Amino acid sequence: MQNLGIYASRLVTKEENFVPGHRACIGCGEALAVRLAAKAFGHNTIVVNATGCMEIVASQLPYTSWKLPWIHTLFENSAAVASGVEAGLRAQMRKGKLPQEDINVVAIAGDGATLDIGLQALSGAMERGHNFLYLCFDNEAYMNTGIQRSSATPFGASTTTSPAGKVHSGQTSQKKNMPEIAVAHNIPYVATACPSYPFDLIEKVKKGLATKGPAYIHIMSVCPTGWRCDTEITIKLGRLAVETGIFPLYEVENGQYKMSLVPEKLKPIDEYMKLQRRFRHLKPDALAGIQTRVVEEYEKLLEKAV
Amino acid sequence: MGQRVGIEVSIALADAVKLANVDVIAAYPITPQTHIVEHLAELVAEGELDAEYIPVESEHSAMSACLGSSAAGARTFTATAGQGLELMHEVLYVASGMRLPMVMAVANRALSAPLSVWGDHSDAMAVRDTGWIQIFTENGQEVVDQTICAFKITEHHKVLLPVMVHLDGFNLSHVIEPIEMPDEKDVCEFLPFNRSPLTLHPLRPVAMGDFAPPVVFTEAKWAQEQAMLNVKDTILEIWEEFAQKFGRSYKPVECYKCEGAKTLLFTMGSFSETAMTAVDKLRDAGVNVGLIRLRLWRPFPFEEFRAAMKGVETLLVLDRAISSGGPGGPVASEIKAALYNEVEKPRIVSFIGGLGGRDITVTAFEKIIVDGIELAASGSGREYEMVGVRE
Repeated sequence: MQNLGIYASRLVTKEENFVPGHRACIGCGEALAVRLAAKAFGHNTIVVNATGCMEIVASQLPYTSWKLPWIHTLFENSAAVASGVEAGLRAQMRKGKLPQEDINVVAIAGDGATLDIGLQALSGAMERGHNFLYLCFDNEAYMNTGIQRSSATPFGASTTTSPAGKVHSGQTSQKKNMPEIAVAHNIPYVATACPSYPFDLIEKVKKGLATKGPAYIHIMSVCPTGWRCDTEITIKLGRLAVETGIFPLYEVENGQYKMSLVPEKLKPIDEYMKLQRRFRHLKPDALAGIQTRVVEEYEKLLEKAV
Repeated sequence: MGQRVGIEVSIALADAVKLANVDVIAAYPITPQTHIVEHLAELVAEGELDAEYIPVESEHSAMSACLGSSAAGARTFTATAGQGLELMHEVLYVASGMRLPMVMAVANRALSAPLSVWGDHSDAMAVRDTGWIQIFTENGQEVVDQTICAFKITEHHKVLLPVMVHLDGFNLSHVIEPIEMPDEKDVCEFLPFNRSPLTLHPLRPVAMGDFAPPVVFTEAKWAQEQAMLNVKDTILEIWEEFAQKFGRSYKPVECYKCEGAKTLLFTMGSFSETAMTAVDKLRDAGVNVGLIRLRLWRPFPFEEFRAAMKGVETLLVLDRAISSGGPGGPVASEIKAALYNEVEKPRIVSFIGGLGGRDITVTAFEKIIVDGIELAASGSGREYEMVGVRE
């Protein structure tokens, strides 16, 4: 991946499928991630968008930020709608109602729409083996409705529905491991990505599109508004999430784990945590507990990748 | 010419869907709808129907997959009942709001609790306002004919609204009837594939399902409502065309022995046929009674209904659902509203019965009519009467 950085920037298309003029907050990591992913989609792609930040940011009538055929229906059903789009195209091509061609079907959704309310529809679509790519843009809470906790919110993070108080100090449960849930469905391609590593993200999206059958990519999307951090450090925070081992970058192809990036030594999580006011209430012993768990989880992953 | 066969109504419905040569079927099993999607699965498995069969993990996803498939331009079908229709509820609004053509058969069923798999109209009434065209059927022949018509209606460029075909769970879905199955060639001619003008395709990118700020939302809903208001004329044209081709004619409101009748019984669905027998018996006994049946529930055929009320003194409305804590059955409330501004209007008695699979026999219908005439004259002080309830 390091070598990729030298020449890849010149190979990336200048064409934008997710165009400027949208309404994302300053420093939005998700809008950047969507833009990068959309570069990889190409023209022959239909996008199914769940309710969430990206739908609100990009689709106020009578405008749209999408140069691709795009549909939004509800919060929890993007995987099911994508199943229908994919099956509808397949049937029509087989019956000669549409010309035979490769059309990518991509479902995009936030962490709430994926890990919480939409998990059933996603599980069903993966189990049925539809030929589609599902991208989860994870900003670790319901940011569109104003920073409420989701099952992707990390332990200890203060949100409006997991506030730090005298008794509880932020989110009381651990972040749900969605990539592992996708892997457990035995689908051909699962990966994690982060827009702080743009070429890696683009490559993974292309790989996901080329996969026959369901592909799932979990994309860390820094949210300055919800994470209570400075707006200019989005890229830096994304890198720190990877370098601390909090959000490791890896791929699982047909069950084979492969790390995309292995730092020589993991940075301490403090470097990542102290830049975000959602963690500022955490006491040293709580941080130490989080540090221990991060390393444990990271090592478990490394073992699988051997 | 079609062929007359003895066949279970659910199977006949599935065969009608096959005749419509659908592209995509999304299906989740729920009683009493199961025989429909089971038979469709068989037809696909045997290669008799070339369609994608999506065995979804819930009714919510069934309707969502239908949405996607229809948005991609495919001819789309699903079936459901009771709780399944409720689970689809929020998606139903999206399908109609996006003007996506599709057909859904609903084998009407009661809603839990207590759990009941048996029939009534609670599920249909709960989705009354979802913006779908809704047709109630009375017998197996009508189920087949209306299923075929539904595809033509939903795809008509003046319509582009999804259609529900209601058939009573068990009372209709599971009975074996003599049905004339239309000839495949005739259906092909009657029902050419009519692609929606806006579909998801890379050649012509469109954005569907954008969010609407307050300055736009009202206009969007008004446009949808205009389409719904215009639907009836198109449905009438399509039913007329169907009659020309297949020899069976359908109207939004049907009258049985209404000529000169001072009292009319109002029903929807398969109970109408039992009610007819009761009307026959009472007519023989000298009671001046007729039966009025509503086929088209949405859009409500105000004009035809009001015309049928001319000279009627008493209207007895049978609902197979309760509007809890309300002014009577949901259908009776609508009928009262439809007649409120008329100068001459009948007295209305609201009956609720046939809930959760409870039968209403010919004798019970006779009692409804006799009691109803008396109640219209004297009144009972109640908003509605429960039929056959054991206290």
